[in-house]
Amino acid sequence: MTTTETETTTTPTIQKGYVGQNVPRKEDRRLVQGQGTFFDDVKRHGMGYVHFLRSPYAHARIASIDVSAALELPGVYGTLTGDEVAILTDPFFQIAAEPGANVRDYALAVGKVRYLGEAVVAVVAETRELARDASELVMVDYEPLDVVVDARKALEHDAPVLHEECGGNVSYSGVWEWGDVDKAFAEADHVVKISELHFDRFNSTPLETNGALVEYNRGTGQWTLICNNQFPGFAAIMMAPALRVGTNKLRMITQDIGGAFGNKITTHPQLVALCLLARKLGRAVQWTEWRTDFHQSMSHGNERWFLDTEVAVMADGTMTAFRTKALDDAGAYLRYEPLGGVIWSQVAPGMYGWRNLRLDFTQVMTNKAPCSPNRGYSRMQQLWFTERIVDVVAHELGFDRVELRKKNYVQPEQMPYETPNGCVYDSGDYPRALDVVLDLIGYDTVEERRKDAASRGKLLGFGIGSTLDSGTNNFGQSQLLNPELQFSGNNEVATAKLDFFGEIVVTLGTVPQGQGHETTASQIAADILGCDVDIIEVRAGHDDYWNSHAGFSGTYASQFAVTGLGAVKGAVEDLAHQMRTLASMVFQCSVDDIELAEGFARMKENHEAALPFMALGAIPNMNNAGFPIDPPPMNARFVFRPQFDVPDKEKKFGNLTLTYSMQIHACIVEVDPETGVYEIVDYAAVDDCGVRVNPKIVEGQVMGATAQAIGAAMFEVFAYDDDGNLLTPNFYDYHVPHTLDMPPLKTAAIESPSPFTSLGTKGMGEGGGGGIHCVSAALQDALMTSGRAIVTSSHNPYHRVWEMIRHPERSREKVEVVSK
Amino acid sequence: MATTPVSEKVVRVSVNGTTYEYEVPTRRLLVHFLRDDLALTGTHIGCDTGSCGACTVHLNGVPVKSCAVLAVQADGAAVTTVEGLGDEELTPLQQSFSDHHALQCGYCTPGMLMSAAALLDENPSPSEEDVKVALQGNICRCTGYWNIVEAVVAAGKGVA
Repeated sequence: MTTTETETTTTPTIQKGYVGQNVPRKEDRRLVQGQGTFFDDVKRHGMGYVHFLRSPYAHARIASIDVSAALELPGVYGTLTGDEVAILTDPFFQIAAEPGANVRDYALAVGKVRYLGEAVVAVVAETRELARDASELVMVDYEPLDVVVDARKALEHDAPVLHEECGGNVSYSGVWEWGDVDKAFAEADHVVKISELHFDRFNSTPLETNGALVEYNRGTGQWTLICNNQFPGFAAIMMAPALRVGTNKLRMITQDIGGAFGNKITTHPQLVALCLLARKLGRAVQWTEWRTDFHQSMSHGNERWFLDTEVAVMADGTMTAFRTKALDDAGAYLRYEPLGGVIWSQVAPGMYGWRNLRLDFTQVMTNKAPCSPNRGYSRMQQLWFTERIVDVVAHELGFDRVELRKKNYVQPEQMPYETPNGCVYDSGDYPRALDVVLDLIGYDTVEERRKDAASRGKLLGFGIGSTLDSGTNNFGQSQLLNPELQFSGNNEVATAKLDFFGEIVVTLGTVPQGQGHETTASQIAADILGCDVDIIEVRAGHDDYWNSHAGFSGTYASQFAVTGLGAVKGAVEDLAHQMRTLASMVFQCSVDDIELAEGFARMKENHEAALPFMALGAIPNMNNAGFPIDPPPMNARFVFRPQFDVPDKEKKFGNLTLTYSMQIHACIVEVDPETGVYEIVDYAAVDDCGVRVNPKIVEGQVMGATAQAIGAAMFEVFAYDDDGNLLTPNFYDYHVPHTLDMPPLKTAAIESPSPFTSLGTKGMGEGGGGGIHCVSAALQDALMTSGRAIVTSSHNPYHRVWEMIRHPERSREKVEVVSK
Repeated sequence: MATTPVSEKVVRVSVNGTTYEYEVPTRRLLVHFLRDDLALTGTHIGCDTGSCGACTVHLNGVPVKSCAVLAVQADGAAVTTVEGLGDEELTPLQQSFSDHHALQCGYCTPGMLMSAAALLDENPSPSEEDVKVALQGNICRCTGYWNIVEAVVAAGKGVA
């Protein structure tokens, strides 16, 4: 069902011991036995269950709220309203400059609701059922307002305005231009124009929803939050100022997390509401988000329009420039936005050699759930856009899609390659990767298969999706949106210690959600310490009481293999040096004479002179008399910091991420021309993320991201009606792929080590967008003989395909070619 | 209207071989009874609509979604949860999940295992298609299912 191949472009920087092996995951044993600890598994005596009463309107004034009947219900512990929140907290810090900076966002709706599902009142009761019952007794008097759900309409002068203090619905706008765009268009032999492309709204819908158990300690004024937030540093900088406390008053703890995919970054509004309730009621409060609440309110992926796109193409197929107007729909609040307004520029030209780009970016707010990071955050939209225009150019000008790509891809000899906006693609061989994926899927048999499909009355289509997975953010890019921000660079922390009886304990600052960090960190540590991987204990997850985190700690934006493992390497190398130093003190020799091997610190020339780890751990901890100088503490902390500069704010130029993994996906679809129903009948994916510490884990990420992309391409969409009602508020209506939806899959890997990372690794895991791109491309190919429709949307359910077949003119009129 | 009258009822249920007798509200779901009353938190909840299968347990040997069963409906029944699948040692199916990297975050895994175990009880060496059909009621958002299907097929063949 799945097949795997591996190729290596050059010798990996590390190829010994455990690195590169499919070491079984340390996490698995507890998880297959049902012994993981997820936030919802933790309970406290007398805790209250929280239910958020949510707005049934997409836009309305709150005239009044009456909680008295709810409070009278026996077993109800208390409530929290927006009026209280507005007194007890300050609005959340806004990342945006003006006009988005003027948004006033609180833990609960204050005065007004701006999307269906916005939390209005929190109710706490003895049981979750009672909390829900009681919330129905809360009387909220709404005065409905006009609704805007279409980003294009949100820009119109008479559109309903969500945030009056912003003077309109625009949160951010800026022109991003590099090279000489006008000159390139003047010199072009062809200009291909595409009036409208639309990247649809979905997210990764982790199976575990958001939630937390929150306690307040009246004596210390500190909150403890056992939660599943995947970026506690970000949550803390949002929450602490709102709560008018220092970050030291927020002890955030994470353990096992049931998937996150970026969707668990912006839970700070709910967490603040829980903090207020825990303090107000003097008891622990517990909140587990209902599935419907997640769909209605949490972290939708950015919906984006690309309007009036033009592509400059030379007669030989060289693409020299594009210009477009990107219109991004952020939903009702800016909880991580408008960062999506810069993140896309990490991959501005996609995998191609365009030197002249202009992208006029405008982000608006609409009466829909707030957008926040979703796997492939903001880059997926840009990469879908670049792939779409490559395929439309090929389609309209008659170029071969494979040759057009190979001609325009950044070439291996150009690596490391600086893009027009100063990003540096570190390594890779894109044309070769394309050959690998074509080989996997049997490209040379496509025409034969097309004939066979035609004989069965089906339209066969073949498509390619090329993507980059930029990882390890330079947070200085935020200053390109708001020059006043004081964020830049990146960091991650790990600690390593040798404990009393020789136990090796590595603590991570990262917050894994299934990526196997405990395993891969152990592999790195065991290789450095020359010991068995099984004796390494890795503590993953977050706890502010551990000294193992910095401001950017967390798991997001494809960076663990660089930042997390970089920190582990640094800390364990420090520990190894301490162990060798201690042994050299005992054996009275030079530290250079000592090696760590087979679980001992021993003299290289005399293996009989060996100390077991147990002895090394015991000496400084319990048996340290008589040492003339302090024995090393057997305790190391390392902060990994990638080298970045603050980008040039005027030119919007600079290196925004450290590494670029690459994926090329290809698929074959068969479409029933009568109904528009289609099936992916073959699928292949090739991934290059540099050195793979654990190939099986890497492949698992490729598979998972692929499945999510197939879902987004075919089934998954957060669809709203004109009144702002979400039509897909649960898994009943929002269809995520099931076993029977999955096509056969072939995978392959290439390893082009990153020259910029200590292990040759690159962050990966967010490259699945290739699935969306290749399905779009395959459908367009399939319809070649049936009206030549252009695929203009990222989401193509059967009815949309049927429409393209029945009314190809509707998409044909969106494309035009002007040739010299 | 809210404030549904709540009545209590005694249920006697055998869970993983131990018999429990509890007075529970009649509206309590079996999944909440397992998780909250018995502290068997291996059974997870992923949706409100019976769509995701994370809460799958065996009720008298039959896989059911325990969010769609009331605790009182389990009165007199035998329930098996993921905690009852094996003892200290992993079962061949559990081992096969680990060997084939059939789990990432592990949240869907208990439900997957219970659905797969029920399949293997009935059909000890299922085909790939048999496995897909048996697991179609279980959602996984991490793996794309390929490795899960492989793991179950391999467990059936005894090649875990």
